[in-house]
Amino acid sequence: MESVNYAQLGLKSGVEIHQQILTDHKMFCRCPAGQYSDTYDAEVLRHMRPTLSEMGTYDGTALMEFKTKKEVVYQINKKSVCTYELDDTPPFLVNAQGLDIAIEIALLLNCKLVDELFITRKQYLDGSIPAGFQRTAIVGVDGWIPYKDRKIKIVQLGYEEDACREVSDVGHRIVFRTDRLSMPLIEVVTAPDMHTPEEFAEVVTRLGRLLRATGKVRRGIGSVRQDVNVSIAGSTRVEIKGVPRIGYLPALVHTEAMRQKALLEIRDELSRRKITEETLQAPTASVTDLFSDTACEPVRAAVAAGESVRAIKLSGFADVLNHPVQPGRTFATEFAGRVRVVACIDAEPNLIHTDALPEEITAEEHERLRQELDATEQDVIVVTFGADADTQTAVEEIRLRAIEAIHGVPNETRQRLDGGLSDFERILPGPDRMYPDTDSPPTKITAERVARIRAQLPERPWEREERYATLGIPQGVGYALAISPYAKLFDRLAERHPKFATRVAVTLTQTTKALRRAGIPVENLTDAHFEALFDAHAQGTLEREAIPDTLRELAAHPDKSVESLGLARPDPSRIGEAIDQVLSEDSYTGRSVDGKVDYYVGKVLHRLKTSIGGRQIAERVRKKLQA
Amino acid sequence: MSDTGEDYKGYRGEALAKLKAMGARVWGETIITNERGSYQGIILPRSETDDDKHIVLKLETGYNIGLTAAGITKIEEVGYRKANYKIPESEFPTDAGKPNITLLGTGGTIASRLDYRTGAVIPAFSPGELYGAVPELADICNLKTRKLYGVFSENMGPEQYIATAKAIAEEVAAGVHGIVIGHGTDTMHHTASILSFMVQDLPIPVVMVGSQRSSDRPSSDAARNLICAVRTAADADIAEVVVCMFGPTSDQFNLLHRGTRVRKMHSSYRSAFRTIGDIPLARVWPDRLEMLTDDYIRRDPARTVKLDTAYEEKVTILYYYPGMRPDLVEAIVEKGYRGIVIAGTGLGHVNRPINDVLAAAIRDHGVHVIMTVQTLWGYVQMYVYDTGRDLLELGIVPCANMLPEAAFMKLSWVLGHTDDPAEVKRQMLEPINHEITPGEPHNGYLVFQGGIPEVEAFVRSILK
Repeated sequence: MESVNYAQLGLKSGVEIHQQILTDHKMFCRCPAGQYSDTYDAEVLRHMRPTLSEMGTYDGTALMEFKTKKEVVYQINKKSVCTYELDDTPPFLVNAQGLDIAIEIALLLNCKLVDELFITRKQYLDGSIPAGFQRTAIVGVDGWIPYKDRKIKIVQLGYEEDACREVSDVGHRIVFRTDRLSMPLIEVVTAPDMHTPEEFAEVVTRLGRLLRATGKVRRGIGSVRQDVNVSIAGSTRVEIKGVPRIGYLPALVHTEAMRQKALLEIRDELSRRKITEETLQAPTASVTDLFSDTACEPVRAAVAAGESVRAIKLSGFADVLNHPVQPGRTFATEFAGRVRVVACIDAEPNLIHTDALPEEITAEEHERLRQELDATEQDVIVVTFGADADTQTAVEEIRLRAIEAIHGVPNETRQRLDGGLSDFERILPGPDRMYPDTDSPPTKITAERVARIRAQLPERPWEREERYATLGIPQGVGYALAISPYAKLFDRLAERHPKFATRVAVTLTQTTKALRRAGIPVENLTDAHFEALFDAHAQGTLEREAIPDTLRELAAHPDKSVESLGLARPDPSRIGEAIDQVLSEDSYTGRSVDGKVDYYVGKVLHRLKTSIGGRQIAERVRKKLQA
Repeated sequence: MSDTGEDYKGYRGEALAKLKAMGARVWGETIITNERGSYQGIILPRSETDDDKHIVLKLETGYNIGLTAAGITKIEEVGYRKANYKIPESEFPTDAGKPNITLLGTGGTIASRLDYRTGAVIPAFSPGELYGAVPELADICNLKTRKLYGVFSENMGPEQYIATAKAIAEEVAAGVHGIVIGHGTDTMHHTASILSFMVQDLPIPVVMVGSQRSSDRPSSDAARNLICAVRTAADADIAEVVVCMFGPTSDQFNLLHRGTRVRKMHSSYRSAFRTIGDIPLARVWPDRLEMLTDDYIRRDPARTVKLDTAYEEKVTILYYYPGMRPDLVEAIVEKGYRGIVIAGTGLGHVNRPINDVLAAAIRDHGVHVIMTVQTLWGYVQMYVYDTGRDLLELGIVPCANMLPEAAFMKLSWVLGHTDDPAEVKRQMLEPINHEITPGEPHNGYLVFQGGIPEVEAFVRSILK
């Protein structure tokens, strides 16, 4: 990333974190949550029809989109989906276990809770939810978390159902898998309080750690997704949806800020050229015949398939489409994105334009195209190709996008591509798409319920880290421990054995992590195992070196006791005796001194029937050998 | 009691008192303060069924939340934004080359506009409103609409049946090419049955339609059902009362069910309507129709419609259950009921005590008793047991494979004409339009059972 003065740019960014929470069942039915599978046993087909807008009429775009509508196919597996998810049965009452978790998180975020939860319908026309709306509710508003020397405002904490997983999206058919549909998640929405890409990533990390510290959120791929909101001075808010990794975020925020800067430059250039919405001329023409013998492959293929080629002139736009907006992407990609999504022409490339014509387009074709649309050197012509109805949608969409360019940065939702890039996904919907769910009664959040949850509220990770520091625990260890599932166990053990607090912390974080990576079933270890282990250690019967091996053995044989493992410190009186016996046999044939020491230590440990205390034994063996 | 004033719509008790005490009102843009802080939004009307302790606020983000009235210390009104319920209209285009279709409204919502703030669904019904909501209709026909009354499906009754039948006859007389009736789905099959009896010898199709999913949903079945119903009224060669609803739950095709053989078979599925004991008449897509049978009454503009709105209200359905006690039947008789349709078990059975009390009702009180089966599929067969034979001797009318609801509607209609047992029996057993059929085709009963590998394979191979 080049160095940029983000403050000068007026960068503002906010995040919506969607985090699945750990419930047994889905949000509005009794299907199991978290049961994924790639197989299905039935398919359902739906279409998403725009409903009347607030003004009571369809606008042209919505109707156009509907005319080139998509078939939405849902793959259903009866193990994870019932008739609720497919919108053939009304919702059951909202999942109370999930609501408790949402309340807990709202309290951790210092939100003001609502007294009565209202389920709201949020419309989606993209098909990702079979009903065409998501059921969602606000649990708390107006919270904050500390960051650096300031507060990051939390706009709201929502409790809502997850959407489908997309399988494919080709032409007029989009396919979804429904297993994830309606799993409960929480949505944390911050104000646009982050001013650099780094701040953005840090705040997201901080929020993510807060959620994990509850121990009540799901982990793993797809369990958390971030929506990134970015604006700069003079632009409008743009949202990049569903970013699965924090590592992607800084580059995305940066690139989007730069894209908006480029779009504002284009706006200024168009303004200099005195192009306004009123003066823009955008005539279109069917030019299929003109390209009947073309050598330009995508156009030729469309003509050969009996499809249409359609062109639109944008008066005064010459050379604007070549303006870079993202690394390696020109302004023309903004048009291509719209054509792909709205007109469903998704084979690439889906348009060509006279600012950068492919070499295969002949000078004659170019000239005839210009004549056909009466274009001058000041104009650009964009050519689309595909099914006839789709090309009609496409040229209209190109015209609309050109008008938006005159105004600057369109208010849209984008999808993440690799390398910090993004592409158009859909027009950003407003609050008008929210309305009450008449199938669900309001749920009271009683004072008793809140008091019960508040009494069990875990410490926030940054509060834990401060406390760990006072116990003398190294910062890195404390950072890991603060969101560890062992955090509560640590508090008990550290209270019992204050002298060994750091050792306990290291064991619970680094040691267990190393064992897990080595394939040891660490999940078999109970609190009692750790308690017995550190009791033995405190009593001096178990050495520090023996801790990993003891845990390894206990994980493999959870029924055994710490003492019975034979991993206790060997009787010191027997060590000398054993060393003498082993050395007297003098069976080592190698030359290396270190090898010799290791060899004899192994023999001694074997004789003592233990695997610990090797370091002390090695020292004694080395001394004897040197003597 | 609720204060019905617009300013406090739906609020009562504590919440109402709080609004009044704070000088706040519904649709006010307000800042509400409680012990936790303040919240900004628009105060919404409250549903009458919700409690009297909370105030509903719509936040700027579009979400609604509820706040306890008791905890509120301050409400400051900073603006006022009342919802506007009017639906803008645009003129429904007319085309001399297209057929004239009349849409009769009974109160069910087929198309609607949603008020995003309250979630209230405002019915779109005039041609102009419908054109705004379902513009595809203009590609099929010239549309006229007529609102007959506005009742929920479950509140339909004789008064509405008669008014609808008369309206159909009037529209037929006026020469329309087809009629569509918008109806709530719960009792659509009852209305379809009675209209089949009250309006006979139709020259044109009468197509009943509704929606299983409210029309505010992008995935609602409402628009598609309406388009398919209008397509049927415009193009079908059928001159019967039919129900036009989703075939599969997928947006695939609609089915046309005969009015006397259709039944709502699921409380919520889009594909809830099924023809029982036979196959549907046709499949319909928004742009075409495909007949599934040859056995239907053809259109005939020359045919003269026969309107007969006779109706006896003292008729009931008795859904038999094991252990049913005879005093129930005695009570029905005592209350002066003239007709009882029994939905019997199996082939049309009731226990001995009921058998006896029914015998007494027929013999001593002249009550007309009809037997149907609660299995829905299959025929009544009362010769198997002696008790059944005794009842047959006494004059119970075994109604073959007539559906219990169809039998109920028909008996109500027949008893509107006559009280003579022999005549009642004759009319009940003489089918007007397939309420009794001579036999059941093997594919008239296809309730596939999930879990069977072959069925699962089949379901996987189609769009459900």
